[in-house]
Amino acid sequence: MKLLAFGITREIIGMSDSSRTLKTSMTVGDLRKELCGEFPKLKELNTLAIAVNETYATDDVEINDADVVALIPPVSGG
Amino acid sequence: MKKNIEISTNALVIETCRSFVHSGNNGAECLFVGTVRDQTSGQSVVKLQFEAYESMAIKEMEKIADKALREFDISAICIHHRTGTLTVGEIPVIIAVGSPHRQAAFQACQYAIDTLKETVPIWKKEFFTDGSVWVSAHP
Repeated sequence: MKLLAFGITREIIGMSDSSRTLKTSMTVGDLRKELCGEFPKLKELNTLAIAVNETYATDDVEINDADVVALIPPVSGG
Repeated sequence: MKKNIEISTNALVIETCRSFVHSGNNGAECLFVGTVRDQTSGQSVVKLQFEAYESMAIKEMEKIADKALREFDISAICIHHRTGTLTVGEIPVIIAVGSPHRQAAFQACQYAIDTLKETVPIWKKEFFTDGSVWVSAHP
């Protein structure tokens, strides 16, 4: 999977995009847990949405190898 | 029914958005222009930096335009958002709506800006004289 991080999550993780090795049958919720363990500052955010292939995804969505996954901290456009 | 969606690093142009929705069938054209304010909670703002997940942001903006065209009696909608560094008074967002009657134009315009602020993956960082902060990131 390719992982993208935007806004404050890019700064917390210290990158804009990278490939991560995937455990078998990882869900969005699994990824969230893994990342929050590795980068505890992610847990301090108001919200942390995750998009899979440019669509907001719920925690039960399965992530496949070819997917592009993005970390979406609280949006603030406009 | 038509829509026009754009994300750009160039200065946004009000007349471009207005012309897009202009039509002889309209009795109303409603424009929302977002501008960079000079302070937040009393702290002087020096500049704002806007960042977008552009491909997804375009899709989310398209969804807003499609829903506005479906649910309100409007003929056209234009949503332009800027990214990059903006200073006080500059324009990060313009929404233009054309409609036969004013009520639908106002409603669609408000729906579009309110939803954009909730769903479109764009972020702003505020720079003050003594530091910076990602807006809304923390409680």
